[in-house]
Amino acid sequence: MSLLVTKNLVKYFGDTHAVDHVDFTVKEREVLALIGSNGAGKTTLVNLISGLFPPDSGQILFRGQDVTHESVHGRISAGIARSFQLVNLFDQLSALDNVALTIFSREGKTRKLASLASADHAVWDEALEILRLFGLEGKAQMLAGGVSQGERKLLDVAIAYALRPKLLFLDEPTSGVSTREKTPIMDTVTSVVRSRGISAAIIEHDMDVVFNYSDRIVAMHQGAILADGTPDEIRRNEAVTTTLIGTTGPR
Amino acid sequence: MDVLVIHLVNALLYASVLFLIAGGLSLIYGVMRIVNMAHGNLYAFGAYVTAWAIGSVAGGAPTVLLLVLLPVGALAAAVLGAVLEPTLLRPFYRRAEEYQLLVTFGLLMILEDLLRFIWGPYPLSASEVFENFGSLTIGDSLYPTYNFLVIGVGIVAAIFLWGVIYKTRFGVVLRATSQNMRMASALGVNVNRVYIQAFTLGCFMAGLGGAIIVPGQSAVLGMGIDAVVLAFIVVVVGGLGSLEGALVGALIVGVVREAGITWFPEIELAVLYLIAAIVLLVRPAGLFGRP
Amino acid sequence: MSTPAVTASANAREAGSVRTVLRWAVPVAVLLLVVPWIVPPYTAILLTYGLVMAIGALGFNLLLGYTGLLSFGHSAYFGVGAYVVALMVKYLGVGSMELFLFGAIIGSVIVTAVFGWVCVRYTRIFFSILTLALSQVLWSLAFKFFWVTGGTDGLRVPTPSLLVGLVTGQGDKTDFMSHAYYHYVLVVFFAAVALMWVIVNSPFGKALQAIRDNETRAEFVGVQIWRYRFVAFLVSGVFTGLAGALWVPLNGLTTPDIIHWSFSGEIVFMTVLGGFRSFAGPIVGAVVFNYLKTYAVGYTVYWQLLLGAVLVALVLSLPTGIVGTAGRLAARWKKVS
Repeated sequence: MSLLVTKNLVKYFGDTHAVDHVDFTVKEREVLALIGSNGAGKTTLVNLISGLFPPDSGQILFRGQDVTHESVHGRISAGIARSFQLVNLFDQLSALDNVALTIFSREGKTRKLASLASADHAVWDEALEILRLFGLEGKAQMLAGGVSQGERKLLDVAIAYALRPKLLFLDEPTSGVSTREKTPIMDTVTSVVRSRGISAAIIEHDMDVVFNYSDRIVAMHQGAILADGTPDEIRRNEAVTTTLIGTTGPR
Repeated sequence: MDVLVIHLVNALLYASVLFLIAGGLSLIYGVMRIVNMAHGNLYAFGAYVTAWAIGSVAGGAPTVLLLVLLPVGALAAAVLGAVLEPTLLRPFYRRAEEYQLLVTFGLLMILEDLLRFIWGPYPLSASEVFENFGSLTIGDSLYPTYNFLVIGVGIVAAIFLWGVIYKTRFGVVLRATSQNMRMASALGVNVNRVYIQAFTLGCFMAGLGGAIIVPGQSAVLGMGIDAVVLAFIVVVVGGLGSLEGALVGALIVGVVREAGITWFPEIELAVLYLIAAIVLLVRPAGLFGRP
Repeated sequence: MSTPAVTASANAREAGSVRTVLRWAVPVAVLLLVVPWIVPPYTAILLTYGLVMAIGALGFNLLLGYTGLLSFGHSAYFGVGAYVVALMVKYLGVGSMELFLFGAIIGSVIVTAVFGWVCVRYTRIFFSILTLALSQVLWSLAFKFFWVTGGTDGLRVPTPSLLVGLVTGQGDKTDFMSHAYYHYVLVVFFAAVALMWVIVNSPFGKALQAIRDNETRAEFVGVQIWRYRFVAFLVSGVFTGLAGALWVPLNGLTTPDIIHWSFSGEIVFMTVLGGFRSFAGPIVGAVVFNYLKTYAVGYTVYWQLLLGAVLVALVLSLPTGIVGTAGRLAARWKKVS
């Protein structure tokens, strides 16, 4: 069953057809990779679905509900969360605070201004649990601005995960980290996602990562969907191999 | 009818001076992304220097000599700007905007008292120039001729600036730096030099505003602080960083202010500030600003 | 990895923070309580001014330090508090401090709600300029509507009665201000500090800091930015309005000067002086600034130059202010010993 469906989604920036009549779906409980060269429209598509800006036309359906004109807040309540390509954290708060704040927000508790945040044990317990899930419990008290790039990437995902989404968009979770760190990051992220029955749509450039971790691959090119299939199908798809993967493709 | 003409000329007079102040402020912001809270003090400084220069010449000097002395205030403000930019402002470009506001606010306090220190607490006037020009008749009323000179200077300054920015090589460099400082720097533009030039030019304009208004009004303490708030309104209405915006903003503020003084003196200033707030609500980047 | 261990650590966190705060807050509070009996009345009155401004700066810093918004228009809310009191005296003949505070809160809620509704759509320099422009609206009204506000002459406010009339200001005014009124202000100050401390440490306070650090991400964890900024603006303005109401009886007179934007600059100054990155910064800054300004004004007519130079030097070399710098020095000293 489809969790998310976009119908004829369009977004132009001047002459650039960033997203050009895209019909994109994400199924329940799948890990999907969104691939394509720079400027193919992957991030714009995620931005449209997550509500960073509105589409020019088209429709976004999430669990059968039309969320095209829903606010960011509304989409998060519906179950859409995302991480960012350039890590986006609250740098002057501790790693634990970053996650705890997210939980407070999810529970609607950030409206409380007359009670101490530290007194809400349930939230802190859960925040620590989430950090542990992502292997970050050792960094709980460090400022988010002060941990390593790989840990920042994981923390970014942990924050999105803390919103208890049904669909998680991850924008290049392994970009900017060393090759050595990529595998542990992806292992951690996909194991969490699969064990909680969440769907994840991952924008990724590293083809090894893409083929190793995804159930399905959607390839974009110049704002449109070029191919959509299982890793094996995509591997055999000539259009994809010539336009996207080229010589750096999987061996 | 005559009354209306006089009001219109008054509005233009006011707009000319405001354009010089706000245009300088906007130019500096456009190129350097810094809002100089002490900008009004440079306007006051120009007024004081010109008043002092004209006052120091013995009475009865020919009008031509006095006119030659008029721009002295503008030059002095430019020199002050050229000194302030590299010494006080340069360390702040890499730091948060809040610190830039704070340091220029500190500068405002310092300059305000420096004026008091140099020229004392009493107003300084240069009314000789104003009187020498005499007046002409509009309908049944007498109107000071000097005010037309101020308007003329405002118009010439606007044309001159437009020429500098859109027709000269320096203008190209200025616009390139304002669009993308890093890119301009990578292409071989000496950003430090552009900054000091832009800041000096902006201060020159503010000083010129003070220099040409001082024969009609006197230089008084606090004139800079009042002026900078009006200049803020002009740039907020017109769009921070846009010279066209500063021109249109100055005209709007000039007209509203003149109308306010005539018909609703109690709420004249309040109406101005409210207009700024409304423009921001409707067009957050101002009428001509880049969002 | 068991849950009890987690809970224990969370407990330790909370107890730790409350306990460390109390460890230095209690001695300071005791000292403040006995001040009128150990210093001359003049010094106590100066300290009263300092405490009043501390409440205002504390409110201001909820926006600057915790929400990341630099307001250059807080003179407006201070002025609203002061003028509400003065107008209550003039038109309603009220003399009770409790009613004054109540009126000031109502007045500043209304004004901050309107101003805040406009201003919170903007950030950075635009927010600063807009708050400045709106405060000038009030200044020009106070200045021009002299038949209501007294214009530049201002409005006089007599000594109020405290605690629903139990304590009245009959007799020596200096004695009243340096003892009864001092303690009154001190109690309000304690309440304000405690309330603000809870607010910045509440889930709401965390959300504000998240907005300050990263607006986009805050939105993507579900924080509705405008709404939170608006509430912060409201709380901030009301604290400053409360300070204005407490200030008026002390000063005996309110003039449009306290609404002018240069007074907003003073509020910014004291907060930066103390350090806007720490909770206690604005409190220390307000008290120190008040002494600094009083002595500078008494020492030279060029006090603005002196203070301006202090501000520039401060921003250049000690951007974390008195509290931040002291904290750093203390940490270094601890490491050495």
